[in-house]
Amino acid sequence: MADEPLVLGIETSCDETGVGIVRGHTLLADAVASSVDEHARYGGVVPEVASRAHLEAMVPTIQRALKQAGVAASDLDGIAVTAGPGLAGALLVGVAAAKAYAYALGKPLYGVNHLASHICVDQLEHGALPEPTMALLVSGGHSSLLLAPDITSDVRPLGSTIDDAAGEAFDKVARVLGLGFPGGPAIDRYARDGDPAAIAFPRGLTGGRDPLYDFSFSGLKTAVARWVEARRRDGQDVPVADVAASFQEAVVDVLTRKALRACRDNGVDHLMIGGGVAANSRLRALAMERCENAGVRLRVPRPGLCTDNGAMVAALGAEMVARGRAASTFDLPADSSLPVTEVSVPGHTHGGTHTHTHEVSEGNLYG
Amino acid sequence: MLLLAFDTATPAVTAALHDGERVLAESTVVDARRHGELLVPAVDRVLGAAGRALADVTGVVVGVGPGPYTGLRVGLVTATAFGDVLGVPVHGLCTLDGLAWAAGEAGLHGPFTVATDARRKEVYWARYDGPGARVTEPAVDRPADLPGDVRALPAVGAGAALYPEHFPDRRPDPAHQSAGALAALAAHRLAAGQAFLPPLPLYLRRPDAQVPAGYKAVLPT
Ligand SMILES: [Zn+2]
Repeated sequence: MADEPLVLGIETSCDETGVGIVRGHTLLADAVASSVDEHARYGGVVPEVASRAHLEAMVPTIQRALKQAGVAASDLDGIAVTAGPGLAGALLVGVAAAKAYAYALGKPLYGVNHLASHICVDQLEHGALPEPTMALLVSGGHSSLLLAPDITSDVRPLGSTIDDAAGEAFDKVARVLGLGFPGGPAIDRYARDGDPAAIAFPRGLTGGRDPLYDFSFSGLKTAVARWVEARRRDGQDVPVADVAASFQEAVVDVLTRKALRACRDNGVDHLMIGGGVAANSRLRALAMERCENAGVRLRVPRPGLCTDNGAMVAALGAEMVARGRAASTFDLPADSSLPVTEVSVPGHTHGGTHTHTHEVSEGNLYG
Repeated sequence: MLLLAFDTATPAVTAALHDGERVLAESTVVDARRHGELLVPAVDRVLGAAGRALADVTGVVVGVGPGPYTGLRVGLVTATAFGDVLGVPVHGLCTLDGLAWAAGEAGLHGPFTVATDARRKEVYWARYDGPGARVTEPAVDRPADLPGDVRALPAVGAGAALYPEHFPDRRPDPAHQSAGALAALAAHRLAAGQAFLPPLPLYLRRPDAQVPAGYKAVLPT
């Protein structure tokens, strides 16, 4: 279907320089340069290190994606970029790059929301999103339950974490256990040999009077640390696999329980799970089991599309083009705290006088 | 020849077009917090003012700093992206050299010092024998730590204005970085067959990154 929009997407909200190219719902290229190894020795993402790496990787990653997709930049129907939320300096590199390419190529620019992109990426895997879509987004930066009647214009937050993000809890527990950074994959690996019922860690915000759709992982993290320290203080070995499995079970139990409750309460028969923690094998397995029992269809993209990537931004950009949504103007800001309700950032209007940027740009290079 | 020049390493967002002989159009806006928002509109403005299209540009000139990093990167990634799309060379120039060239245009000739604001009570600085003749590598230091003879020279730039007690012979021009002067310097260097810097930032400082101390216990010891 050659008439579907061909869009390049740029994602630089954290430590991955991601550039994806899609045609409608078809993934053509997904190029990623990660600075995660540079952050590992710090035990977390260092913003200045990430920004420096984005600058170095940006143009080569765009070139690689175009080559992978076998398309010319001049064939694109638009350039989409994560405008927020994320690390301010990191976002700015991607936004500036997207503007430069869009302006020089005479293509429309779409500044889009990172969280909405995490949801929209599933169109590349499982086709058009049902409307509304219920989405559980879990990563090192976010833990949210979102209801999206229209992924290009209407995303509603039902609940989110009141303290740590789920992925952050994985990182912190991995540090307690001495498993390194990032913690998610390490915990997942150790947990496979452990007993998830070995230790009864607390399930945050699951009491009768607690908010239905909000999450809390800080208490759980502290409980794990206390348990481990108490063992160490008594000179006993720490059963790393059992701790990892029991901690992981506590996280995914709460996540899936609340997500399914949200589906039931809102009459939604699909659940989409995205974000880096969606790569966790136990989350995927438990979600599958509970969705089957509840008659809910589960949609989880492959792990490579769950973590931050450019394809997800391209996927949302393509949907914006397909639905004729307004493009952004070239004074698009990077907004580190862009609310999830702002799916895209259309142009500023200054008292009725638009900047002439966009009109002029159309004639710049290709007539 | 049509050079598109810009620099985002100082509080100024400045863009200019130069045809090898003269500046055709220039836009300079001082707003230290909005480089990312202002640069492409500034480029668009100078192209519009000169009645030229981006596709006519034969080379991109960009200030590579030193300067506060967040803004600096906007100019560099934009220059590299333009170079990629247009298939033209991207010429990097030290931002302080642009200010030195502008100082020459303002009538300053013999030896002088250029100092810009590096924040954290420091300045980025270099010493010049003349507008096109930098004689030290760009550096970042507290003004009080600069050699006495460097501080005694005529001085231009916001760093000198910010620390008058350390730069007694301050000159008001140029008040800000000018892409027109940067482009004129580039045209001069191209005509003389001189080399340029790669379009990579002159950071001069290591990234701020504290390796977190060992895991902090939550239980009282
Ligand atoms: Zn993310």
